[in-house]
Amino acid sequence: MHVTLDASPGVSILTLLSWGDAGYADELFFGALSTFFIAILAFGLGLALGFGAAIARFSAISMLRQISWIYSTLFRAVPELVLILILYYAGGDLVTLAAKALGLGAVAFNGPTAAVVVLGLVQGAYAGEVLRGAILAVPQGYKEAALSLGLSQAQTFRYVSLPLMLPLALPGLSNLWLSLTKATALVSVVGYTELTLATQQAAGSSKLYFVMYGAALLLYWWLSVVSGRLFARLENHFRRYQAPLAVGSGA
Amino acid sequence: MKKSLVTFFFIAAATVAAPMQNAWADLKFGVAAEPYPPFTSKDPSGQWVGWEVDFMKALCADIAEKCEIKEVAWDGIIPALNAKAFDAVLASMAITDKRKQVIDFSNMYYNSASVLVGAKDAGKDISPAALKGKRLGAQVSTTHATYATKVYGDAGAVVQMYQTQDQANADLAAGRLDYVEADGIALGAFLDSPAGVCCAMLGAVPSAPDVFGQGVGLGLRKGEADLAAKLNKGIADLAANGTLDKITSTWKLTGKIILPAKK
Amino acid sequence: MNWSWLPDYAWPLWHGLGVTFLVLAISVVGGFLFAVPLALAQISGQGASARLAQGFCSLMRGTPLLLQLYMLYYGLGSLFPMLPREWFGWLARLDAIYYVLLAFTLNFAGYEAEVLRGALLAVPKGQLEAAHSLGLNERQVLRYVWLPLATYRILPTLAGDIIAQLKSTPVAFTVPVMDFMGVARRVTQDTALYYEPLLLVAATYLVLAFAITQVFARFEKKVRQFQPN
Repeated sequence: MHVTLDASPGVSILTLLSWGDAGYADELFFGALSTFFIAILAFGLGLALGFGAAIARFSAISMLRQISWIYSTLFRAVPELVLILILYYAGGDLVTLAAKALGLGAVAFNGPTAAVVVLGLVQGAYAGEVLRGAILAVPQGYKEAALSLGLSQAQTFRYVSLPLMLPLALPGLSNLWLSLTKATALVSVVGYTELTLATQQAAGSSKLYFVMYGAALLLYWWLSVVSGRLFARLENHFRRYQAPLAVGSGA
Repeated sequence: MKKSLVTFFFIAAATVAAPMQNAWADLKFGVAAEPYPPFTSKDPSGQWVGWEVDFMKALCADIAEKCEIKEVAWDGIIPALNAKAFDAVLASMAITDKRKQVIDFSNMYYNSASVLVGAKDAGKDISPAALKGKRLGAQVSTTHATYATKVYGDAGAVVQMYQTQDQANADLAAGRLDYVEADGIALGAFLDSPAGVCCAMLGAVPSAPDVFGQGVGLGLRKGEADLAAKLNKGIADLAANGTLDKITSTWKLTGKIILPAKK
Repeated sequence: MNWSWLPDYAWPLWHGLGVTFLVLAISVVGGFLFAVPLALAQISGQGASARLAQGFCSLMRGTPLLLQLYMLYYGLGSLFPMLPREWFGWLARLDAIYYVLLAFTLNFAGYEAEVLRGALLAVPKGQLEAAHSLGLNERQVLRYVWLPLATYRILPTLAGDIIAQLKSTPVAFTVPVMDFMGVARRVTQDTALYYEPLLLVAATYLVLAFAITQVFARFEKKVRQFQPN
């Protein structure tokens, strides 16, 4: 039984996997790059939103606390795929509405922006929880000591709480980063060409489903392994003045 | 460390935004991101190629506009059009009354029949009764899906919806489906490909203009009368001066595709 | 907001919800059961099986579920034409739902194996030794002492992971399965309404997540009665 995975007579798998004009390797690579970049931007946006949400939770203004709680609960309880679809349609409509109201001409709500904003909003809810937990975990004693030394609330936060909080937040944040890189695959459903959609296009055009999806899985896997190592290094850096962790924890 | 982080963010944003620079091209056409040969598909070099791509290039040359392709998921192509992600839908979208409620269309630029494709040894009988209990696949949100659900689904066939035509074809080749209903030309391209050796064309479904509409047109936002007029003139020109025929013969579709009448 | 379509689609929506719930239940139970040998293999540390288990878990946790599903359904599907039809014809006729169940189960197992591994290691050795000295063999120790103690430790994490699994279920609609999300997309196809069906899905998942959290809270309270600490 002659087994062949040829997409068309004369074109071998290796050719279709090659770089350049004859193969899809570069499309997959740029898809991976695209995944990486929207993940980075969404992570940054999520961190910013998360900080805001976490600080709002400790605010004296009850309205702020409530808004933060609603944001966090809603965006963590609704499935990402559903959120992405709703925000994609809503975002487009909102931008159009805003553009009309401001009298602007055609303002496009394009792929990258939509992807980053949507993922960033979702990330912000989760990051808010991680940061909130980390802030709570900083022992009261440190803050009280700082305040008694004459530092203001803001200074206490910047010079004492924040540096102490970072190593506590890192494991949670590294998990968020990993789940974010995987969530970017969902953006393919709205048609933004990141790695998953690039793979679908390559697989659909070449008919080499197994090979292309396999290659994409490897690329994602590689991204996650490298990210894991990077975050481990970051954590070691931030923990360098602390006593070594007990064996077996934080694995 | 902080400065380099900020710089990195800006570079990342710029890289992602780089494709956005082309957002200021004159006319943007939205295509479905999934391959739909021979009308639109991506070749290994990453370029969009196909009958519809050539049609778009010829049209833009005729109306003297600079054009650009944007890809969007088929399922969300109408909201994307209304959100001004692009100006016209170039995705083999049939002109139907239901769609006309939300968007406008240019004049039709091609028409072709809806056909059923199945295993080589399947009988030629494609009446609803013959398909009872069999599995029929179609792409979601297409006129073929609507027809399949209404006619074959009600007669007892198991109708499965796929996000892309390509996936439905893949399942037919894999033996998971007994039949696929879709556009005759798109399925013709599938049958000509190596994956299509499993199957054969079984026949066209009876004409049903209320479901299938009046041919394929460019989807436009409501209220864009001058753009519609410009595009319609371009389409008429291409039909009259034989460009459409030339494109059709390049893609070996002569005789299979119905083109706008030459006036 | 146009909700006039609800009565017409009520039955398919209930059916879809049932499918979603089925996927959740089977993948959670099956995934957890499969996670046990995966975790044990890694704990034993013996060469090939430990490495394989580790690699599997890393792959499941490091790649998107959507892609795993595509790989299982379309990737494997593309290989079917090569198999002789007399022997493997039935494989091709398997409903897409089985692929969904397989993908979701394997994925959940990958995550839980990691969690279970830590929990199994954290059970005090004294408990296991006591069980052995009472005459229980390896399998009985695992089944009646080690596993329950480990599971009790990870109940909160498990609850969170089950909610996460619930939120992954909409991914199933990308292959031809009529789960809740799939029915909602069909409503969109038929009515050209984009928001309303999605809002219904969002609201339903909110309610489901809340319900599951409550069930787990009650369960945890009950189990806590029997624990010394």
